[in-house]
Amino acid sequence: MTELGSIGKSVRRKEDYRFITGQGHYTDDINRPGQAHAYFLRSPHAFARIKSIDISAASAKPGVVAIYTGKDMAADKVGGLICGWTVKGKDGQPHKAPRHDAIAVECVRHVGDQVAVVIAETYAQAKDAAEAIEVDYEVLKPAIDLRDALKPGAPQVHADAPGNLCYDWDFGDKAATDAAFAKAAHVTRVELLNNRLSPNPMEPRSAVAEYDRGTDMTTVYVTSQNPHVLRLILCAFVFGLPEHKVRVVAPDVGGGFGSKIFNYPEETVAFWAARKLRRPVKWTSDRSEAFLTDAHGRDHYTIAHLAMDKDGKFLGLKVDTLANMGAYLSTFASAVPTYLYALLLAGQYTTPAIYAEVKAVFTNTAPVDAYRGAGRPEATYVVERIVEAAARELKLDPAELRRRNFIAADAFPYQTPVACVYDSGQYALTLSEAQKMIDYAGFPARKAASAKQGKLRGIGISCYIEACGIAPSAVVGSLGAGVGLWESAKIRFNPTGSVCVYTGSHSHGQGHETTFAQLVSDKLGVPIDQVEVVHGDTAQIPMGMGTYGSRSLAVGGSAISKAADKLIEKGKKIAAHLMEASPADVSYGNGVFSVAGTDKSVPMAAVAFTAYVPHNYPADLEPGFEETAFYDPANFTFPSGCHIAEVEIDPDTGITKIANWVAVDDFGNVINPMIVEGQVHGGIAQGVGQALLEGVVYDTESGQLLTGSFLDYTMPRADDLPSYNVAMTHTPCPHNPLGVKGCGEAGAIAAPAALMNAITDALGTEAIQMPATPLKVWQTIQSHKPALAAE
Amino acid sequence: MTQVSMTVNGKTVSRDVEPRTLLVQFLREHLGLTGTHVGCDTSQCGACVVHVDGRSVKSCTILAAMANGSQVTTIEGLANGDTLHPMQEAFRDNHALQCGFCTPGMIMSAVDLVNRNPNPSEETIRHELEGNICRCTGYHNIVKAVQAGAQAMK
Ligand code: FES
Ligand code: FES
Repeated sequence: MTELGSIGKSVRRKEDYRFITGQGHYTDDINRPGQAHAYFLRSPHAFARIKSIDISAASAKPGVVAIYTGKDMAADKVGGLICGWTVKGKDGQPHKAPRHDAIAVECVRHVGDQVAVVIAETYAQAKDAAEAIEVDYEVLKPAIDLRDALKPGAPQVHADAPGNLCYDWDFGDKAATDAAFAKAAHVTRVELLNNRLSPNPMEPRSAVAEYDRGTDMTTVYVTSQNPHVLRLILCAFVFGLPEHKVRVVAPDVGGGFGSKIFNYPEETVAFWAARKLRRPVKWTSDRSEAFLTDAHGRDHYTIAHLAMDKDGKFLGLKVDTLANMGAYLSTFASAVPTYLYALLLAGQYTTPAIYAEVKAVFTNTAPVDAYRGAGRPEATYVVERIVEAAARELKLDPAELRRRNFIAADAFPYQTPVACVYDSGQYALTLSEAQKMIDYAGFPARKAASAKQGKLRGIGISCYIEACGIAPSAVVGSLGAGVGLWESAKIRFNPTGSVCVYTGSHSHGQGHETTFAQLVSDKLGVPIDQVEVVHGDTAQIPMGMGTYGSRSLAVGGSAISKAADKLIEKGKKIAAHLMEASPADVSYGNGVFSVAGTDKSVPMAAVAFTAYVPHNYPADLEPGFEETAFYDPANFTFPSGCHIAEVEIDPDTGITKIANWVAVDDFGNVINPMIVEGQVHGGIAQGVGQALLEGVVYDTESGQLLTGSFLDYTMPRADDLPSYNVAMTHTPCPHNPLGVKGCGEAGAIAAPAALMNAITDALGTEAIQMPATPLKVWQTIQSHKPALAAE
Repeated sequence: MTQVSMTVNGKTVSRDVEPRTLLVQFLREHLGLTGTHVGCDTSQCGACVVHVDGRSVKSCTILAAMANGSQVTTIEGLANGDTLHPMQEAFRDNHALQCGFCTPGMIMSAVDLVNRNPNPSEETIRHELEGNICRCTGYHNIVKAVQAGAQAMK
């Protein structure tokens, strides 16, 4: 029997056995009898009119079952893919969301856009036949570069989005911010590119769809982070089908990082074709397709100004951002550079006036949507880069400048000028802990030692704020969200005492099967190995919203906690009956119901059994021992922390070596520190990837993707990264029952600014943009000639 | 169609396959051994690593026919019955996996690495695992696991 009371312990993961023995069930591992295989013919052009498509030769190829084009889907009245969050611009008008067909009908708008689908007996046959499809294109000049796309005379990606403008949005108090700048003693300006990233979860997207004629049920196994949301979109918007006749199963999913939140064309087509053909259809992306079609992340161009008084006290922040949406508005794309971005621009500081303007722009590139952090890394990058730059201009220690402006630990709940009410935090504490860990005071000596070796050393701080568990639903609804952002849980005791937990959250690496089992074990006194966590299947779980935005524990875990409380309440009544006591006298703890002041007690398992075999049972109580709860948080929760990076740059090669990395994060209470630390490591790696290595590049003339494989797009490898020194402080969230915040995105939010602050410190100039590749670093050294010696 | 025969996880198998069939397709699609994964199409990610005659091989880079007559071990064959291989245990103990998709290839590469180098330093491990991409863990715990696995394999 496993020990109880595992909260706060690094319990080994329950899910690992199947993964380390090769017995995971990812979507591509699933095969259905009689399945056919889909392969997509994709546009080789960034922008072109489709004049004609000739499928006759291809149709005659061996094994071909069907070839469909956009016209076939249009004939079936399949709806376009939707964006689920409506952002209203300065003019009060909703964003432009031009039609997004799963297969292009008249125009292709990015390289890789779907032109036709071939369905054949084997994947190889489908691929072979696709080569024989003849497409006559009228090639158009594309709009590729974000800034160029807004210029007069730029190619127009959509006729119904004039000027390629999706929206022109602003947030904050412009007059107050202007007034702050008018009285400023010093203004710091930065110009920042937040590079476009390819999420690249290691498992490519995949879907296996099948239609059961007898029951009229369509089932799709799919790489999704949120099966119910996907079902809702498919049923209510794309196909007009009743939800009870569609089952979406997201089995083991090999990483998501946001990119598997969305409703994509290929899964939609597989779903449609399986129904049309009355046989299962399977599609699995290869990596080249993933680079072309998985929604990318980031891609901002920003100019920001920070106004300060003579002591470096922040008076106002002005941010002007262009955000690339790509060719179509993806599922949550509109929210990322607006509500998930501008609302975080206060960072950890008391800046009293903030004003942000964001223009979202269509270009002939892949759609851009949420990627780990989604808007919050972009916000942190702006705030933490400008604060660091300001400190350098004022010749102040960047840590000291931050301290002068932190929101004090006793100031919570804290209303920022950009709508958020921060719940709790100890910003000065996380900074000083991180400074201790990295021996901040010893840095000048280390810099001097590096200089002796002919190396440039730099140190960079990033004090980030995150917002997780975006809620409550009424608030997100008022901001334009098309959904509620609560979460559900059902806990079912089995008669013999084991427990099944059905959660609306979805794990694609986060370890819910363990963390949630720890939570239930602790609350209900059931050993962890007696708790099974079920997720990812709309036929099994209650309606759920899925996993993104580091919401699983804060929202999904809180729902589990509420369901457990309901069971305890019911259990008290059953136990009271068994002990011949009044329910009011029954107390509960550690899996045992007891009557105070007596030696009477009943274990949870006996209560559960009694509920199912109610021979001796309260007359007014329903049998059964199962409860469902929905949890809609009162507010976001705001994890925070401080990361400090120390780098050493070789001026001869431009290679940046990460000499040390410390992270002090505050996620509130922690259930499984091992899992949380793992999330931090992975987040930092992605942040380091963004700052040093990664970047999606399109040829600005032709719109061809130049970084279309792991040969051209530099993923962080083991030898690119250091080990990290990770620590935590714990300031509980005051408004959810677990006191937890969220840890999934923190590393990716904090890391880019820390690293770029360190690199710019080493180089002595702000004039370098991510990714700071050796070439760029070397070129910057050539043009700026940084002094080797410490000042 | 060509006939290929090999020993996979101790069992002799023989199938008629298209000549262009890759070893990874042979394992996944013909033998149903889906523990070996495909994460790329340019032989970069290492999700597909298996052992062919005791050495690690990216099974997406060779044809099934090239492994004809070989001894192949996949992740499914690494444990000794119910007893996990020490490297599998080490990955679990050190939380060296999150989504688990890179894990089979990572473990197979790690075993090969330790077979060739029983006392790998952190630097060696990082260098040797350069051909295995993990998007989840940041490698920190993978490095720890490989060190622990190396000790346990002694
Ligand atoms: S699938 Fe073999 S290296 Fe990526
Ligand atoms: S654990 Fe997900 S890719 Fe390595």
